[in-house]
Amino acid sequence: MGSPVDSRPSMDKSTEDIELELLLDAIYRKYSYDFRHYAMASIRRRLKQARERFGCATYSALQDRVLHDEAVLPSLLSYLTVQVSEMFRDPSYFRALREEVIPHLRTYPSLKVWVAGCSSGEELYSLVILFREEQLENRTLFYATDINPDALAKAEAGVYELSRIPLFTENHRKAGGKSSLSDYYTAAYGGAVFDKSLRERVVFSDHSLVSDAAFAEMQLISCRNVLIYFVRDMQDRAFGLFKESLGPKGFLGLGAKETVRFSQHANAFTDFNRSERIYRKRDLQ
Amino acid sequence: MSASTLQAVAIGASAGALDALSVILPPLPADFRLPLFLVVHLPPDKESLLTDILAAKCRLRVREAEDKIPIEGGTLYVAPPNYHMLVESDGCLSLSSDEEVHFSRPSIDVLFESAADAYGEALGGIVLTGANEDGAAGLRAIAAAGGTAVVQQPALAMAAAMPQAALNACPSARVLGLEAIGAWLQSLHQEGSS
Repeated sequence: MGSPVDSRPSMDKSTEDIELELLLDAIYRKYSYDFRHYAMASIRRRLKQARERFGCATYSALQDRVLHDEAVLPSLLSYLTVQVSEMFRDPSYFRALREEVIPHLRTYPSLKVWVAGCSSGEELYSLVILFREEQLENRTLFYATDINPDALAKAEAGVYELSRIPLFTENHRKAGGKSSLSDYYTAAYGGAVFDKSLRERVVFSDHSLVSDAAFAEMQLISCRNVLIYFVRDMQDRAFGLFKESLGPKGFLGLGAKETVRFSQHANAFTDFNRSERIYRKRDLQ
Repeated sequence: MSASTLQAVAIGASAGALDALSVILPPLPADFRLPLFLVVHLPPDKESLLTDILAAKCRLRVREAEDKIPIEGGTLYVAPPNYHMLVESDGCLSLSSDEEVHFSRPSIDVLFESAADAYGEALGGIVLTGANEDGAAGLRAIAAAGGTAVVQQPALAMAAAMPQAALNACPSARVLGLEAIGAWLQSLHQEGSS
């Protein structure tokens, strides 16, 4: 009762639903980018914007474009994957990492941190700065991964609009920053260029949470506001991947309204800081 | 009134929201047949007290939505600050941090349009008091999918702009005062039990 499934049997699929499924199938079969398991309500909005931007009357027309004009793919990808983030977004999350997680991480001689779905890099730089302030940077290797090559290139460039810097600075301060954010960037041509030394211990890589495997043993995985775009099955896959990738008692940080609770892997994690959505891999021994 | 039995109701409100919601929601019974989805425009940087305030006033279960939370009847799902809330057609809610719509995240249009896709004619949508245009396109989408569109009578709303914009976009909407909206919601509870 009350579930949309009751009122929408699959026989009832609209032409548009069929076209959307075919479009996602076409993107997958031609380019191997798999959006078929993304949460449909969000992706529908994004594809609607893309369709209007490309001047296509229908999703079938957009499918025709994307199949026959490979140049369309990069900008379509940015519609499908673009993430709106900010440095030190949700400062209380970074404060909890600093005050509660870092003391545990200090006990390790070397550390691996994975920013999964790093988009244009705001969260990555936040973590590197945090680790530098806490004098852990030089024993840490950071992995920053995303499926979108344009986003990865932006992350690697580390240039953000100057107009965003006041917000980043305020967030950094609220996150308990021990330095001034201005120590890490220089202003040039309307942009804030973050110092390349922040990237010295970062590996940027193409990686899909939908189809790729674990690649190293991590002590901390931060994956914020990425999984909200996946359907439950695909979230389960990602949580399974995180479970596999975390070392014993490793930490997993999610977005402020994300939870492992509805996943089949819920039992693999314990709440570490419930309100900040920081989980810890359960010790099964 | 829609010919089919409604399965869910989506509500959008902005300036003056709490007073309006305090009229229509508290009388609804704890075992209310339908789920309700609510977007209220709030400042993004504040931890929202709205869920707690409404929970204290209502007999319904009131929950701030978490990503992929399964939808159940008798529950009011409140969009969290700084996220859009969307209805998926597999019976759960999704959140998104996509860009603001009408300078708002959460946006009423985003909720309404996704709910219209998921529920079609089995959805009711209500646009209450507010001082912007969010919800107008969404209410039109609900009506276009065969759902039931309701607008708070603009002249009686604390802020008339939002219900007026919704009415302009969706002239077929029923125009009701708050008491009548409350009575209509209560009638939906009985509708399903017959």
